[in-house]
Amino acid sequence: MRKTTAALLLALIASSGRAETIAERAAPCLACHGEKGQSETENIPSLGAQQAPYALIQLFMFREKLRTFEPMNEMAKALTDDDLRAFSDFIATLPKPSPPADAGDPARLQRARALVQQHHCDSCHNADFSGRDNVPRLADQREDYLARTMREYKDNSRHGYDGTMAEVLQPVTPEQIDDLAYFFARLR
Amino acid sequence: MIIRSRNLSLAVAFIGAFTFGAAAEQPANPPQPAAQTAAPALPPGSPMIGRPASEAAAKLAPVAPPPIAAAVDKLPTAKLKVPPGFNIEVYAAGMANARSLAEGDKGTVFVGSRQVDKVYAIVNKDGKRTVKVLASGLYRPNGVAFRDGTLYIAELSKISKIEHVEDNLDNPPKPTVIYDNLPKDEAHGWKFIAIGPDNKLYVPVGQPGNNVLHDDAHGQIRRINLDGTGAEVVALGVRNSVGFDWNPETKQLYFTDNGRDWMSEDVPQDELNRVTKTGEDFGAPYCYQGNISDPEFGWGHSCSEFTAPVGLMGPHSASLGMRFYTGKMFPKDYKNAIIVARHGSWNRSQKVGGDVVVVKLNKDGTVKSMEPFLTGFLEDNKYVGRPVDVLQMKDGSLLVSDDWNGAVYRITYGKSKVAAQ
Repeated sequence: MRKTTAALLLALIASSGRAETIAERAAPCLACHGEKGQSETENIPSLGAQQAPYALIQLFMFREKLRTFEPMNEMAKALTDDDLRAFSDFIATLPKPSPPADAGDPARLQRARALVQQHHCDSCHNADFSGRDNVPRLADQREDYLARTMREYKDNSRHGYDGTMAEVLQPVTPEQIDDLAYFFARLR
Repeated sequence: MIIRSRNLSLAVAFIGAFTFGAAAEQPANPPQPAAQTAAPALPPGSPMIGRPASEAAAKLAPVAPPPIAAAVDKLPTAKLKVPPGFNIEVYAAGMANARSLAEGDKGTVFVGSRQVDKVYAIVNKDGKRTVKVLASGLYRPNGVAFRDGTLYIAELSKISKIEHVEDNLDNPPKPTVIYDNLPKDEAHGWKFIAIGPDNKLYVPVGQPGNNVLHDDAHGQIRRINLDGTGAEVVALGVRNSVGFDWNPETKQLYFTDNGRDWMSEDVPQDELNRVTKTGEDFGAPYCYQGNISDPEFGWGHSCSEFTAPVGLMGPHSASLGMRFYTGKMFPKDYKNAIIVARHGSWNRSQKVGGDVVVVKLNKDGTVKSMEPFLTGFLEDNKYVGRPVDVLQMKDGSLLVSDDWNGAVYRITYGKSKVAAQ
């Protein structure tokens, strides 16, 4: 089932020779990542308003297996450099994700705000956490994906394009990572 | 993994079946904005220590190169400037993140990388140059060195080798590890390597952060025998050296060292250092550029405890690969001068570097002058390329790597002689 699905998606995504628009070719991507920039799938990131240079780096890393997640490695393996650019530019045009309806636990948000200030997350990710260039948007990303990603950067099981996040997260505890993910997923 | 994949398949089944309107609803009572309170102190070793909470500082973040190598016709070659009488051309392109350089006995040029997993070989055969991937699946294989038929490769935390490499370019064996007693830190963990006149392999181990105290395994340049034995520390107080070479006359080791971030726009400058005795201490993180006591760690120390640099290479300029010029092609006053690639700053409002400079020395080995040699990589305070390493070829021409574009350029002197394509 999984192999068939991957093959089907691959055929759709890699069909650069045909007349489909990039939006049509991206339809299988959005099945998991969310049609309006917002993922409803566990651990699968929202793509809406993601920075194009960051998205390009990630797609490149999936294609080159510098970042390993089998379904994405499969999707990206047949893509050309121009395909990667087209998909990353398209991703940046998707609407930005929205925060969940509940306002969140004020005490927890306050704790996270102090951490954000302490570690200057806004230094690279911008004051509104929309990211810039190769630095990703964090605002209203899925909480589970954020927490998992930070844990993987911290123990270096997910290799960054450079080592910045591995370095920045060294002094941050797992509990603090959970608070940070809670906060970034609820920005308004 | 299994759970995630199942969810993926499940989601695929819903292609186009619904939209996510509920998530877009706005809450009735948005929370109040954060109270502006003083931030708690940064934990020791944080790369943000010293960063002010100003608008100007908020514009500065490390610059990452594009992941895809530029096509030859997209390279900034026409914008690059060399002194009168010199020529520059593209030597090879299409090598994503091309970093350190080494030349083999038979004219193959080996190219390391940092953001990708590859070592490339630029193969010269029958007057034609082609690029091959020599090894992949490596982890930050920045450093390459060549001696007696063998290529040495430095990954983040291990050194390996490929013997008789130029005889096996079409079907190279996997590198075999010779030394891995190295820390695994990401910060300043990538390595430049070179083999000295003593036939030993020199391996830097950077400090594991912007400005940190650390154990005895970091902040140094060490040397090992070519079989990986006999490790010995050669220099201490080294923050992050990504280039070195030996003075052809005195045989002394000279190395570039990158100064810390977030002290100020204009200091400290990157250092050009000279090792005159084994185990000399160059000051980091207590003293920078020979005369600035670090605001955090300098207390209780004096810069006079440490060896001062012989040259200052510009603030935040990221001075990386450097080689003494010993060839016959360039004019006489380049003889035994040091040619240095400055990758270029990120931690400065007006960028510095992003060029190649020539450092000329006095008879006593101290610095006489520093002049621009290759410029044009910086345009409107943005990079159109970033030089990483330089390498003198056997014919006296000079190669320059550019990790922004994944290319290597060749600089010649005299009547324009284009290398065989």
